[in-house]
Amino acid sequence: MNNGFSIIGKRTALVDAAEKTTGAGKYTDDLSVSGMLTGKILHSPYPHARIRSIDTSRAEQLDGVVTVAIGKDAPNPFGILPVGHDEHALAVDKVRYVGDNVACVVAVSEAIAEKALELIDVDYEVLPAYFDPEESMKAQADFIHENKPGNIEKDYHHVFGDPGKGFSDANQIAEARFIAGEVTHAAMEPHSTLASFELDPHTGKMGRLTVWSSTQVPYYLQHKLSLVLEMPMQQIRVIKPLVGGGFGGKSEVIPLEIIAAVAARKARAPVKITYTREEVFWAHRGRPRTIVDLKTGVKNDGRITAVKARVVQDGGGYCSYGVVTILYSGALLGALYDIPNIQYDGYRVLTNKPACGAMRGHGTVNVRFAFESQLDELAAKIAMDPAEVRRRNLLMPPCITVNGLRVQSYGLPECIEKTVERSGWKQRKGKLPRGRGLGIACSHYVSGAANSIIRSDMPHSTVNIKIDRDGGVVVYTGASEIGQGSDTMVAQIAAEVLGCSLGRVRVIAADTDLTPIDLGSYSSRVTFMNGNATLRAADEVKKLIAAAAAKKMNCAPEELIFRHDVVKKRDTQAGRDGTGATQEGPSVSGRVEGQILRGSLQQKRKEEGPKDWMSFEEAVVAAIDFHGALTGTGSYAPPPEARGGKHKGGGVGPSPAYSYSAQVAEVSVDEETGEVTVHKVWAAHDCGRALNPVSVEGQIIGSVWMGMGQALAEEMVWKDGMLMNPGLLEYRSPSSIESPEVEPIIVESVDPEGPFGAKECSEGSLAATIPAIANAIYDAVGVRLHESPFTPERVLAALRAKKKEKALNLTEGVDPTDPVRFREHGGSLCFKSRGPQRHALDPAHRQAPASAGGAD
Amino acid sequence: MKKELVELKVNGRDHELAIEPSALLLDVLRQDLQLTGSKRGCDDSSCGACTVLIDGVAMLSCTLLAASCEGQEITTIEGVSEHGSLAAIQKAYGDWGGAQCGYCTPGFVMTVKSLLAENPDPTEEDVRQALSSNLCRCTGYNQMYEAIRAAVAAEREGIAAAK
Repeated sequence: MNNGFSIIGKRTALVDAAEKTTGAGKYTDDLSVSGMLTGKILHSPYPHARIRSIDTSRAEQLDGVVTVAIGKDAPNPFGILPVGHDEHALAVDKVRYVGDNVACVVAVSEAIAEKALELIDVDYEVLPAYFDPEESMKAQADFIHENKPGNIEKDYHHVFGDPGKGFSDANQIAEARFIAGEVTHAAMEPHSTLASFELDPHTGKMGRLTVWSSTQVPYYLQHKLSLVLEMPMQQIRVIKPLVGGGFGGKSEVIPLEIIAAVAARKARAPVKITYTREEVFWAHRGRPRTIVDLKTGVKNDGRITAVKARVVQDGGGYCSYGVVTILYSGALLGALYDIPNIQYDGYRVLTNKPACGAMRGHGTVNVRFAFESQLDELAAKIAMDPAEVRRRNLLMPPCITVNGLRVQSYGLPECIEKTVERSGWKQRKGKLPRGRGLGIACSHYVSGAANSIIRSDMPHSTVNIKIDRDGGVVVYTGASEIGQGSDTMVAQIAAEVLGCSLGRVRVIAADTDLTPIDLGSYSSRVTFMNGNATLRAADEVKKLIAAAAAKKMNCAPEELIFRHDVVKKRDTQAGRDGTGATQEGPSVSGRVEGQILRGSLQQKRKEEGPKDWMSFEEAVVAAIDFHGALTGTGSYAPPPEARGGKHKGGGVGPSPAYSYSAQVAEVSVDEETGEVTVHKVWAAHDCGRALNPVSVEGQIIGSVWMGMGQALAEEMVWKDGMLMNPGLLEYRSPSSIESPEVEPIIVESVDPEGPFGAKECSEGSLAATIPAIANAIYDAVGVRLHESPFTPERVLAALRAKKKEKALNLTEGVDPTDPVRFREHGGSLCFKSRGPQRHALDPAHRQAPASAGGAD
Repeated sequence: MKKELVELKVNGRDHELAIEPSALLLDVLRQDLQLTGSKRGCDDSSCGACTVLIDGVAMLSCTLLAASCEGQEITTIEGVSEHGSLAAIQKAYGDWGGAQCGYCTPGFVMTVKSLLAENPDPTEEDVRQALSSNLCRCTGYNQMYEAIRAAVAAEREGIAAAK
């Protein structure tokens, strides 16, 4: 029996696994309600333009079209951050990227809606557009948002310690520019929203609104719907059905979700809108292209003396989570290693591309790639083993870092030790045949943000539990299951505390009418925060049961043990059958005792006098008879000590606990083609305590895999604001053929504040993979790559540069007016022939002479 | 477009349906028959979430005309459970973490079914090759291999026990 637990720590299939493997589970697009219509969105063909007028009359006359919604139907601005209310459901005056939302047709079928889109006449005044962040920062006029001069969404300048002195103390200093390409979540389920109004029986008019949506944040959605539709939050019910992956892409309210409600209100009928895959790419909110100018100093003993980072993020056309992203990039330079002096200059820049937002490892990933690569270079300069240099810079928790982050549990040393051991690092590093190499890197991540997006004193999670005479435990939680296993985590914690079997627990989750507030599934907060709230709610119920059961058993409540569906006095052997009940699941006899034979059973008990054990049902019945009802509530808010420093922007980065990861990657590099193959990754992750090892390992492997995708292949490729690869194949999400074996290694540091010691496990591992691969490439062929993804072109260019050969220009001699590849000039499915303003050299452009198509 | 009457045999049951000749099998399954287990993940047959079996062969229902499947045996994810209980592969996907968000899972289960029908004892290489027709963004595929190994072993034990 592991550590005396009976439920947690066991390998457990997700409580909703059968729904998923049989196809019975419903995702938003699988739902339909009677009278439901289909919505289809008209997107902007221009990266930056003012809307002079929109004429929807021709579209509205088409048979089968019910209505067409436009910006002025819901003009209130919104945005996920209170400081970033810069979006509209549908464009009101301007469009800011190719794909921006302009109008929404509601029709009886998708085919008719699509036809109607072509009948909407929009008169645009095209404005100069900005595609490169460093160019965009120089803009003098035609700002993307009038109130953001220089197109800078936000900049932060932090100095902790004395970086100048730190660098002068250093024996070796490295300085370089690293660039990480833009990536997106590409969750398998395209975003979908269904909105339906009820008629109010008292006024006879449209009343309450119910929205089913593929979201990670039902409560923020409820809040933003209330802002835009000008309805009280209690009149809006948001239900999150199964969600087919999020990774951050559904962690904010995207216009689609509001448009569906606006369209339903205008059409006076339920409306469902589901994105096509291409629209998912335009909706984006992924990880921004990031330029990191990084300088690090170390002493000869390996100690880091100072770090200076200047980070520029290409944020796209709207704020989204941008302000938080740029702060995370700086804040999480701390809390992994002991760094005494940090200087950080971060710029979040607006460009005319889809907005970037939060993506797995929010804000830390690209900076971590730069940092861990540079640390490898420095290790080489001081002739120290790369694993050793990391060991020399460990924190000494409990501690507070120079930038105000509180670290308590710290499994990094064990993570490094285990990956080094399992990968055979000491025996194999530097001794593999040419073209094959090993690389190591570390990373960390928050277990939830200590400060909520909307600053308030409310708890971040609240959970209610109800137990009735049937002995069934119902947990009402706002936690948003998106595939990470949160429903299972909640069920496990409740069952562990109450000493009942998992099958007894039913989880009702993420329905704003039924479940108390939880902020949502983002920043890896759910296990820590919702888990703690569940623990507290279950403890409260347990106390009620114990009080009643103790009375029946003539003992103190503290003497009782809840385990295996039995409540018994400590040190008694007896179970239901006198041998210690171990059977799983509620027994039939138990249910009968609990419900029907209750009266006679109690009579029997009375005659028998006090016993030293009761079944779970008997204890529940006793508690209900005693207290009148059996419910419990628990909530969680991060402690004030964990909320970070007082400096401007100091609210982002602090977390009640940090997870830690160390990885070794083994790669081979084909020096002829530049192709990199990842053979295996050993990934150790400190998750505090593994509540469900299957899920923890799944999250570690998934994070490493996604990091590998970003490292080798995935990239959003842009040309004049047009996405060149808006499909899963062109985006090059890795298939099983390209995917390495990942050996997950669980490290349990048992956090003092986590539920049963648990911390996050879903994001922290991603950031280490990219530099581990970069460092392995260096080990294999001796080239240092400064730009991700490490495509064959980039690897080959680096190899040739090392040999002082001229870089191969793969497009040399290619006629740009003669595209041969599919979508080479943004020939996207969605826009068909009515495509955006073309590049001057694009053959599709020849009929119409060049007009202002952006900066050119 | 004018609708036509077609007869489709889905999961062993016959359905007479009036559909447009251009209707895709995926849409007919999801909208006309309410069999929403097959998913749409892309629009260009790149993800495999809509995989069904046509006469036992794994096919993408998003790029198949429904009318062209008349007279053929169509099996969807809803037809995989056996006698009201999970098939070995479904149980194993749950136990081994082969499904996280579950959106790609029906497609993968159909692909694996077709693989195991052809090759009851596949090597890891065979499995990797077969699964490359489908995309998953959650699992990194590793736990699927374990699930498939477990399902193969369970099937073998089941057959041995029956003998």
